[in-house]
Amino acid sequence: MVERPQQFQRLYEFGAEPLTFSVDGKTLEARPGELLLTAILLHRGHVRDFEFTDAKRAGFCFMGACQDCWVTLSDGSRVRACDTLVENGMEVLTTYERNAALEGQEDVS
Amino acid sequence: MSPSVVVVGAGPAGVRATAAIAGKGVPVTLIDEGARVGGQIYRQPPPGAERPPKDLYGSEAAKAVAVHGCLKEFKGLIDYRPSTLVWNVFKGQLDLKSAGGEEKVPFDRLLIATGAFDRVIPFPGWTLPGVFTLGAAQIALKAQGVAIGRKVVLVGAGPLLPLVASQYLKAGAEVAAVIDVTPFSAKVAGFWQMMSKPDVVLRGLGYLYEIRKHRVPVFYGARNLAVDGSQNVESFSWTSSGGKSHRVDCDAVGASFGLRSETQLADLAGCEFEFDHLLRQWLPIAREGGRTTQETVYVAGDCAGIGGADVAELQGDLVANSILEDLGVSVDKERLTVVEKRLRQYSRFRAGMERAYPFPHHLLDDLPEDLMLCRCEGIKLGHLMEVDAKTSPHDVNRQKAFSRVGLGRCQGRVCGMAAAEILSKFNGSSIESAGRLRGQPPVKPITFTGSSAT
Ligand SMILES: Cc1cc2nc3c(=O)[nH]c(=O)nc-3n(C[C@H](O)[C@H](O)[C@H](O)COP(=O)(O)OP(=O)(O)OC[C@H]3O[C@@H](n4cnc5c(N)ncnc54)[C@H](O)[C@@H]3O)c2cc1C
Ligand code: FES
Repeated sequence: MVERPQQFQRLYEFGAEPLTFSVDGKTLEARPGELLLTAILLHRGHVRDFEFTDAKRAGFCFMGACQDCWVTLSDGSRVRACDTLVENGMEVLTTYERNAALEGQEDVS
Repeated sequence: MSPSVVVVGAGPAGVRATAAIAGKGVPVTLIDEGARVGGQIYRQPPPGAERPPKDLYGSEAAKAVAVHGCLKEFKGLIDYRPSTLVWNVFKGQLDLKSAGGEEKVPFDRLLIATGAFDRVIPFPGWTLPGVFTLGAAQIALKAQGVAIGRKVVLVGAGPLLPLVASQYLKAGAEVAAVIDVTPFSAKVAGFWQMMSKPDVVLRGLGYLYEIRKHRVPVFYGARNLAVDGSQNVESFSWTSSGGKSHRVDCDAVGASFGLRSETQLADLAGCEFEFDHLLRQWLPIAREGGRTTQETVYVAGDCAGIGGADVAELQGDLVANSILEDLGVSVDKERLTVVEKRLRQYSRFRAGMERAYPFPHHLLDDLPEDLMLCRCEGIKLGHLMEVDAKTSPHDVNRQKAFSRVGLGRCQGRVCGMAAAEILSKFNGSSIESAGRLRGQPPVKPITFTGSSAT
């Protein structure tokens, strides 16, 4: 299956200089002012692996209500992609929760 | 010492209330999970993503700017806590969580102005990447200057539908279809009551004109909604009220069916609820001036029943007066009478709006058993039916324990109301008897830095 190159489409350009961050080890470009959900979905078709099946998820509500956009940062902290601003050098992992659920090591609920 | 007055929610309701209280010289703490004041409708983009107010808020720009700016003059009296979640209310105390850590804040008076969230009704394919709520579609545009896709289908059962569609078109996005699941005849039926606010009706007609101008097809009374695609959204299909099947190619769908009040904090604060038949949901009982059944707790804005932004501002003002009065501070009675009169006009308008956009019962017909009902835990509709057939009472709160529907991370915000509707339909019982999901702390998952536990 081919990954969709991007889900979101930019309609208004931001003026600021771009920054770089990474998603699952891949370095990507973003603009200051982008939330992680935007920054990720401007480069691919999903935000995270769903824990309980092999499906992918891309958030749903964009307002911190549905909890369907949790990703892990390299320091181990977990954040909602829809209300966390992208930062220069940020390393985002999107498969961590499913792996944790599969290994049964962590309570992911 | 001054009494401790706390307002939760910095949308139009919370902001207006805060300004009115501080305006009388009473200190207020204003707490919001968001980084900037404005709430949903007057949401401000994060630094770096700003655009001029006229671009962001259109005809409502002046109101937005007024709400954003109205706290400035009372700075010294307001303890504003942005990016702070209130995750519990217990015995006159709030539990807060922010990047700085956790804190408990006691209150003498608490105003809950936590707004609303999209009303969701699941349909096949709704968990595919690329399907969002209408609210999400709007936030993407407003706060981030992006569209949810290159070719978007928008689906709804409320005024947000034509609004988001026109905003997308103005911004240059491609909208493949606008699908209103409520019938056109309902708009006609609600028209005269809505004309009690002709300016709002005119604005609504403006949105429809914008959609027409771009030659985007609009459909009414749609049923059997489904998103198709293997890994992402590839097309959207539905049946028209006459029974004809339709399908359009698209890569994103924005779909939700009205709004529902965000009432969990009121529940945790011990407020009693009653079923509101007009809005078809359980709401905290709000007596005169926004007073709840808990003496020290008040509600205003969309969390007390969906009324829209203008009503939220007026209610914020009104409830601030109740709080001041109850604290023994003298209030301007004449001004209060004006506010009350304006609120009455809106209640007629609201009744018309609910007639124009009735609850789309027909979307619950023919839902397949393998439909994913709970997106947090991946629970299918068939599972809820199976569990419900074996146990009673047929109440969502009870079935949550057995089926896990509503037990996931979102605490049933997304699927809870649909689950209640489905149970009531399945059992042929009233929607009230399906009950409501109880709020539980924490109202949203909270992470403790350095640990992966929620
Ligand atoms: C996604 C969405 C889009 C909308 N768009 C429009 C529109 O374009 N036009 C229109 O007329 N109406 C719109 N509405 C309706 C809109 O909600 C109201 O018109 C108006 O914003 C209501 O104001 P409010 O002050 O009651 O609540 P809101 O504006 O919703 O503000 C509530 C605030 O409470 C905060 N909050 C909630 N829970 C907590 C908590 N536990 N801890 C801390 N803070 C909390 C939220 O962060 C939010 O800022 C929209 C609603 C939604 C949900
Ligand atoms: S998209 Fe719903 S919580 Fe982030």
